[in-house]
Amino acid sequence: MPDGDYQNPEIARGYADSLQKRLAAHPTSITLMEVCGTHTMSIYQHGIRDLLPPNLRLVSGPGCPVCVTPVSTLDRAIALAQQKDILIATFGDMVRVPGSASSLLREQALGAHIQIVYSPLDALALARRNPQKHIVFLGIGFETTAPTVAATLVKAQDEGMDNFSVLCAHKTMPAAMAALTADANLTVDGYLCPAHVSAIIGADAYRFLAEERRIPCVITGFEPLDILQGIDMALAQILEERPRVDIQYQRFVTPAGNRLAQALLAKVFEPCDAEWRGLGTIVGSGLRLREEFASFDAEKIWPVAIPLSKESPACRCGDILKGLIQPGDCPLFARTCTPENPVGACMVSNEGTCAAAYRFGI
Amino acid sequence: MHNDIILLGHGSGGKLSHQLLDDLIIPTLSGTALKDQNDAAVLAIPPGEGRLAFTTDSYVVDPLFFSGGNIGDLAINGTVNDLAMSGARPLAISVGLILEEGLPIADLKLILQSMRKAAKAADVAIVTGDTKVVPRGKADRIFINTAGIGIVEHGITLGGSQARAGDKVLINGTIGDHGMAILSRRENLEIEADICSDSAPLHDLVADILAAGGHSVHVLRDPTRGGVATTLKEIALQSQVEIILEEKHLPCRREVHGICRLLGLDPLYVANEGKLLCVVAENKAADVLHAMKKHPLGHQACFIGEIQGSNFGRVTLRTAIGGLRSVDMLTGEQLPRIC
Repeated sequence: MPDGDYQNPEIARGYADSLQKRLAAHPTSITLMEVCGTHTMSIYQHGIRDLLPPNLRLVSGPGCPVCVTPVSTLDRAIALAQQKDILIATFGDMVRVPGSASSLLREQALGAHIQIVYSPLDALALARRNPQKHIVFLGIGFETTAPTVAATLVKAQDEGMDNFSVLCAHKTMPAAMAALTADANLTVDGYLCPAHVSAIIGADAYRFLAEERRIPCVITGFEPLDILQGIDMALAQILEERPRVDIQYQRFVTPAGNRLAQALLAKVFEPCDAEWRGLGTIVGSGLRLREEFASFDAEKIWPVAIPLSKESPACRCGDILKGLIQPGDCPLFARTCTPENPVGACMVSNEGTCAAAYRFGI
Repeated sequence: MHNDIILLGHGSGGKLSHQLLDDLIIPTLSGTALKDQNDAAVLAIPPGEGRLAFTTDSYVVDPLFFSGGNIGDLAINGTVNDLAMSGARPLAISVGLILEEGLPIADLKLILQSMRKAAKAADVAIVTGDTKVVPRGKADRIFINTAGIGIVEHGITLGGSQARAGDKVLINGTIGDHGMAILSRRENLEIEADICSDSAPLHDLVADILAAGGHSVHVLRDPTRGGVATTLKEIALQSQVEIILEEKHLPCRREVHGICRLLGLDPLYVANEGKLLCVVAENKAADVLHAMKKHPLGHQACFIGEIQGSNFGRVTLRTAIGGLRSVDMLTGEQLPRIC
């Protein structure tokens, strides 16, 4: 089953040996944060931690779009799902995430119309096929998914659709990473920057982190050898004390990124402050629909009342998302919080840190 | 037949019901016992031949028709395989049809024809059955329930609790084909990939395995829903052993692997319908593998792991790059990821 090109065990062993040698005499522990849910999954799935020296720590940041979506967004989606004329279209891994009192999966079981889609264009097609229903697409995700939502909205506008809207909860990554570096409690020595996001925004988007915040950044692909090489490159920056933005994932990422996607984002969205689950409100870290697209803004055209959102007080997802604690440090982990009965979002998403640790942890 | 779709009257027990049975279901599924239309089939069991195996299953697949099969042959093959995994030679099958009002008769006919063909291929008789019609909206076009009985010869004792330290784990071919064939046909997922379901009857392959391995074959299981991962975890728990899997040996078609990666799914958890996992003592493992490879449904057979005596109930995967990770059961449905 392995993909031979990027999973060569001899090359992997070579990186592992190199890391072991370089850190054998290093007096302190080094912490790298991967800021992408797919990296987190890949690290666990391929047993990469198993190959690293004991004083090299990998922690997971707020890189899973499902995990960082606040309870209030879910509560709003659930309230919309309870309207009889509305059908909620959503990516699959959102349906299990608990809101304050329910989840989309539970609402579906109670009769709400919820449809899992693989792209926002599928949601638009649903709207065309169901003119008697209003389709609300749950727009979550970072710069990776936001351009496809933007393209869908442009298409919907061109077609004059009046039964399609987006509950917009998109977020942008560099602002969140900057917020993390400003947290005095965090001791992250370097970032493994997200690959898909970087393919859109380009490596230059992180330069301020390296130049102003003095934190090494390496944009890393998802294959095991990508990740091992990315770790090696980050370590080189840390040991040389020369922070910069390196691109390990050169097959897809350029300094400037995807201009077409960036133009689409700018046409449809504008920056706003956004609430992140566990991290609070981060200035300028969200995307909202521009005025020209207000008629597609579900929050404006379906003003539903939602109760004051509440999370389980014992849930430590916030500390997990900041890399302050590992899943095993949370008192709920694998006890009251399991994939079958998740308390926090980190356990529910496929790419959540706790779900990965629960599923793949040795 | 007056209509081209199933009507509620087809389930009323009256004339339409009899027409459906006489004109379509019985002639298509054939079988003497069915023609007799008694309340039960009476079967002769060869004297002194062993013990009876008895199984039941229900089939509710969407879409009904997919690349490599349909709900009809899936139902027959699935039941044959459930019997075969206990070492039984299939003898007879019952078929319960739950039809939704509005189901095209043409679709029902195709499904029944596939059932007959599958039963013939597995050398098993469909001997009794039942048909109900429910109002539109109360079922998803057609549900099929089957029960099967088979004969287990003397001396065969297979079971999930029989795995022992040192045993080898074999599989008869690529994983995830059925699940991905179904998914790639689902609404809204336009995937241009040539992936066929692996739906097939495995009783013949099982006979060859047992002939080659005899008492040394300890466990046979078909990794259907939940995939190879869930089935191996069940075996590890039942036998209180640890199973060490080698990722580099896990056979998976490039297309299946590719689509799984695209959607964030793991082929280890994707359903199979023509695969079996065989846990066999080390001294007979090579013989069993040889026998599997000679069979048309086992030519891609290979070792995928071994049983250890420590860490009871655990399944561990040695990844392609040499790391270790745990393998757990499937939780809920596998859901496609966001990005």
